[in-house]
Amino acid sequence: MPAISFQSVSKTFQTARGPFQALDGVRFDVQKGEFFGLLGPNGAGKTTLISILAGLAKATSGSVLVHGVDVATQSAQARRMLGVVPQELVFDPFFNVREALKFQSGYFGVKHNDDWIDELLHSLGLTDKAHHNMRQLSGGMKRRMLVAQALVHKPPVIVLDEPTAGVDVELRQTLWQFIAKLNREGSTVLLTTHYLEEAEALCGRIAMLKNGKVVALDSTTELLKAASSNVLRFKLDAELPPALAAMARVTGRIVQFPAHDALEIERYLAAVREAGLHAQDVEIRKADLEDVFLDVMHKSEEVKA
Amino acid sequence: MMTGWTMLFYKEVLRFWKVSFQTVAAPVLTAVMYLMIFGHVLEAHVQVYDGVSYTAFLIPGLVMMSVLQNAFANSSSSMVQSKIMGNLVFLLLTPLSHWSWYFAYALSAMVRGLLVGAGVLLAGVLFVWQSSVLNFSLMPTQPLWVLTFAVLGALMLGTLGLIAGLWADKFDQMAAFQNFIIMPMTFLSGVFYSIHSLPNFWQSVSHLNPFFYMIDGFRFGFFGQSDVSPWLSLGVVGVCLSLVSAIALHLLRTGYKIRG
Repeated sequence: MPAISFQSVSKTFQTARGPFQALDGVRFDVQKGEFFGLLGPNGAGKTTLISILAGLAKATSGSVLVHGVDVATQSAQARRMLGVVPQELVFDPFFNVREALKFQSGYFGVKHNDDWIDELLHSLGLTDKAHHNMRQLSGGMKRRMLVAQALVHKPPVIVLDEPTAGVDVELRQTLWQFIAKLNREGSTVLLTTHYLEEAEALCGRIAMLKNGKVVALDSTTELLKAASSNVLRFKLDAELPPALAAMARVTGRIVQFPAHDALEIERYLAAVREAGLHAQDVEIRKADLEDVFLDVMHKSEEVKA
Repeated sequence: MMTGWTMLFYKEVLRFWKVSFQTVAAPVLTAVMYLMIFGHVLEAHVQVYDGVSYTAFLIPGLVMMSVLQNAFANSSSSMVQSKIMGNLVFLLLTPLSHWSWYFAYALSAMVRGLLVGAGVLLAGVLFVWQSSVLNFSLMPTQPLWVLTFAVLGALMLGTLGLIAGLWADKFDQMAAFQNFIIMPMTFLSGVFYSIHSLPNFWQSVSHLNPFFYMIDGFRFGFFGQSDVSPWLSLGVVGVCLSLVSAIALHLLRTGYKIRG
């Protein structure tokens, strides 16, 4: 039995400009114990999918099962198994850190939870903030609290929606060490993130979502293998001719060409020279998840056209 | 089915208690102002029931008005704030059933209403005690009626506040609900006058106001006298409470405006 099973999940919102389909028949499973990444550009439907999983929104059609339990018809049972870290940095300004965790624990019917609460505070570096009001916490601290609140009832399935948005490097490390430890101890993790290097480092399998559809679903290793194996990267002070620019990925002065072999690399460099341009800081690197991501997003566009 | 509701109830009580200067002391002071002004102006001019002075008549009315307004204020402001701040998500993610939500919000609102009511009553007793002109006791003749109407009225307004909080998307919508529905219905319910003193037409209109029965029944517990039978008031309040509770439970069960 999978930890999470999305079964043809569709969601249509009624907007002022007519119906908008946010999800279109999303279907995939996350196995128990997996560290699974859900990637996609803004507006792809990641948060909508997670909201349906968490019971914050209802699917227009299809269903979601957590350990075989339907989140819509047996919501209480399903929510007990889920620990969801919401994307928005929300907090209750009336209470302090320890109070908020005790309440959250109590809502799940978990009593005498002080040992686990202490451990959570310690692991997330919040121990000395335990008696601070939520308002006094910095953004990064509030983010850690969201994680602590999600884990207070020891859920077997952890869902993190953009947990590292706006978080400094040190906290990201702390957070990932902690989540990775929980994963090693058996928890299933479903993660959405914009930091593709994080997904590449942490996730065993990845689904890519675009316009409400799954456009790629494979192990991270396979996804990386399928991509162009190398990337030619250099800096340029002038603009590329349009014919070349269409094949490249340009970020400011940085130009990158996906390339399979030395011949292709030579051809690109020759074309740049013929255009009378001077490539600086030339390097050839291995393709990473960002290249795969852009490739997949680009291809799904072509299919559509 | 009800796991965890006591924690939500406790949280909701703690929420208003942490700011009790604003949520308990301030409304007591407001009621005392009404008492001093109206009592001073009207004591010598109005006698509502035989043997009941105007101030004696006014105090239970003010107590009940404070109970009702504060019960409403508690659940409505808590819900609308949680929605706007976004921290309602912490509740939405839990297995708490719609019954748990309902009881936690309605009962915590009731606790605040009764606390403020007790404060106003105490202030009323002190006011009478220090006065050289006033000479009556505020001991209820039938305390069970007093308690019954206070509890039912507070639950009903707490539930209405919950409904208003679920419905309102913005603070100004909530203010409109409070200023255009709750305030007129409480002020026109016979807090400051007996509806028998009104022209026939307005007497009939008052009989359509459920708040009138709450105040009238509550006052009966103090004086053994009222505009209508306390049993009729009990029936009306009971039916209204069941109705608003059914609506609130339905909204919570279907996730009205809180689950997309």
